[in-house]
Amino acid sequence: MNAFLATVRRDLLLALRRKSEVLTAVFFFVIVTSLFPLGIGPEPGLLKKIAPGILWVAALLATLLGLPRLFAADHSDGTLEQMALSPSPLGLLVAGKILAHWLLCGLPLVLLAPVLGLQFDLDASTLGILTLALLLGTPLLSLIGAIGAALTLGLRGGGVLLALLVLPLYIPALIFGAGAVEAHIAGLGAGGHLSLLAAMLALAVFFAPWATTAAVRIALE
Amino acid sequence: MLNVSGLACSRGERRLFSDVGFALAAGEWLHVQGENGSGKTSLMRLLVGLSPADAGQIRWRNEPAPSVEFRRDMIYLGHHAAVKEDLTPLENLRLAAALDGIELDEGAALAALIRLGLRGREELPVRVLSAGQKRRVLLARLLTRPAILWVLDEAFNALDVAAVKLLGELIAEHLSTGGMAVLTSHQPLPVPGGKALVL
Repeated sequence: MNAFLATVRRDLLLALRRKSEVLTAVFFFVIVTSLFPLGIGPEPGLLKKIAPGILWVAALLATLLGLPRLFAADHSDGTLEQMALSPSPLGLLVAGKILAHWLLCGLPLVLLAPVLGLQFDLDASTLGILTLALLLGTPLLSLIGAIGAALTLGLRGGGVLLALLVLPLYIPALIFGAGAVEAHIAGLGAGGHLSLLAAMLALAVFFAPWATTAAVRIALE
Repeated sequence: MLNVSGLACSRGERRLFSDVGFALAAGEWLHVQGENGSGKTSLMRLLVGLSPADAGQIRWRNEPAPSVEFRRDMIYLGHHAAVKEDLTPLENLRLAAALDGIELDEGAALAALIRLGLRGREELPVRVLSAGQKRRVLLARLLTRPAILWVLDEAFNALDVAAVKLLGELIAEHLSTGGMAVLTSHQPLPVPGGKALVL
């Protein structure tokens, strides 16, 4: 468990020394979500309708932006190799890296979403559901994305391949995440969608680190 | 302690080596020799368990390796720098130890860096150090990570005369306390004794 926390601390410290890499993804999210209201014009009815989809697609792409860096730097400087040979289980270290990735690339999106949602004329309760859906959904995006990042490790042009590999897998999260907000706006209640999102998250927490670890080991061979 | 037999490895169609075997007991070391491309690094990676062997087996304390026990008893330093450029040598050492589940206090880490001749460099980012100094930061892990088997791939590269002598002394000290080492190098090594394996 100490090794897990040490990995999280290490990756946060490294991000602190290179702030620009983290800020890129967050700024991308802010700018993309701000472009839509500017482009479409002040039509509250339409904006309200497209808000969940746009915020979710932007969150998805912002997460994707940070994924190639998850393992690439550690792979090229050999520290990933050292992790694989460490007495601590590699799965634990990989899980720590995924958590650090979410804290850096997922959590800021969750915290920013209520502010950005205001641009789309969403009311307070809808903003609450949006934030909750992203709180459940963004860790899921990091977990699934980590598998893709590990599979494309060391490949030339891995970034594009990563997007092609991971984006289809993000579809369920997108449907239920955006669906939760839409259902709430329609007055149907978001409970069902959120429960399904939470169930997917529980499944991913269990399987994704394991699959990622297997992919990392293959990449190191 | 370490028994290797019938090891074979191929890259694509090419057979690099086959039927490689050796045994090491406490206090012994092995010098792996061979031309460029003869498979020295492949043998090292195979030995530590980074890649699977085509055939053969590796046993550590009579148990099949790589086991958790083997990973705890072994340290592998390869071609890579394996240090984070944005962190200081001190942070690098302490975080590497923490990932291995070892608590390393600042004093011990500092002592290791001073032994490797990095006094006054411990608070600089590794990025600004020279290639040889980066190598010394990595080698400091030999002192902070308690391991019985040292697997060092071309560890003498990029080191100056004084550092080569120092590493020789460190290995000799390690062997005298019952340690073991497997080394590859093209140059004669300043460590007495040792078995040779030519690929």
